[in-house]
Amino acid sequence: MTNPLRGEVIRLYKNLLYLGREYPKGTAYFRERLKTAFMKNKDVTDPEKIQKLIDRGDFVIKELEALYYLRKYRAMKKRYYEPEH
Amino acid sequence: MSARVLVGVKRVIDYAVKIRVKPDHTGVVTDGVKHSMNPFCEIAVEEAVKLKEKKLIKEVVAVSCGPQQVQETIRTALAMGADRGIHVEVSGKDYETLGPLQVSKILAALAKKEEASLIILGKQAIDDDCNQTGQMTAALLDWPQGTFASELAFEADKLKVVREIDGGLETIKIKLPAVVTADLRLNTPRYATLPNIMKAKKKKIAMVKPADLGVDVSSRLEVLKVDEPPTRQAGVKVETVEDLVGKLKEAGRV
Repeated sequence: MTNPLRGEVIRLYKNLLYLGREYPKGTAYFRERLKTAFMKNKDVTDPEKIQKLIDRGDFVIKELEALYYLRKYRAMKKRYYEPEH
Repeated sequence: MSARVLVGVKRVIDYAVKIRVKPDHTGVVTDGVKHSMNPFCEIAVEEAVKLKEKKLIKEVVAVSCGPQQVQETIRTALAMGADRGIHVEVSGKDYETLGPLQVSKILAALAKKEEASLIILGKQAIDDDCNQTGQMTAALLDWPQGTFASELAFEADKLKVVREIDGGLETIKIKLPAVVTADLRLNTPRYATLPNIMKAKKKKIAMVKPADLGVDVSSRLEVLKVDEPPTRQAGVKVETVEDLVGKLKEAGRV
C-alpha cells in the first residue's frame, strides 16, 4: 500500500537536495542533515501529520531561498558599496 | 503595451568562489570552478519577468554570448520566467577576448532583429567589473539609457527610471525604446527552483552566430598581465597607550 502523499514527500526531498548544493557549509553536510531529518519521521503514517511535516519542509525551502538571497546581497553590498557611516 | 524585452545574462564564476590567478598571469583559473549567473543579471531578469507579470510587456527574451555552457545560464533565466532564449555562439579565442564592445554590438544587432523595445542588463559583471555594456549598447543603437536603476515604471509612453548616483537618487524620464541597467536595490531576484529548471527545459533556445548578425567579434584590446590584489599587511598589538602613541608618531599619523 503506497501512501498518496509519497510523491509529495519525494518532491520535497528532491527540492531540498537541490537547494543543498548551494549550502554555505557544503553539500555533504546538508545532505546528511536532510537525510537524518527525513529518516527520523519515516514511521509517521497519519496523513495529517505527514502533511504538517511537508508544510514544514516547504517552509524550510522558503527560509533557505531567503538565506541564499541575503548572503548574496550582503556580499555584493560589501564589494560594491561604500560602508555607511 | 505589447513590447518585447531583451535581457542580457552573463555566465561568471560564482560570487562565493575564491578567485585564483593563473600562475602565468594571463588570467584567472576557470576550469573546474563553479559558475553561475552574474548577480546583477539576475536582478535584470527579475525586473523583466515582473514587468511581464504586470502585463506591461509581452515577451521576455534572455540572451547570452559564449560557449556551450552559457546555455545553463540561459536556462536559469528561463526558469526565473523568461519566455525564450538566444544563445550567441562564441568560443575559443574569440570568447577569451570577448569584451563589452563586442557584446554591445551583438546585443544591438539582436535588439534590431527581434524588434525589442527595451533592453535590461545588469549594471556590471562581477568578473571583469567593466560596467560598459549597457552604455555602449545604448550608444550603438542611439537609444536613451537609464543606468544604475533602482526603480522602474512605465508612464504613458515613457519610462521613469530612478537612478542610484553618488550620495542620492536621480529620477529621469526616458523615451522608449531604451536601455536600462539594473543596480543592486532594484528588486529581489526569485530563486530558480528545481521544478522550474525542469519546466524551463521545454522552452526554446535559439542558436545564433555573431557572423549571422553581421557582427565582428575581434578585439583590439590586449591583456598584458593579471595580478592578485595586494595582501593586507598584518597589524601589530600594542601593550600600552604610550606604545600606541609612539607607533602612531613613527608612522607619522599624529
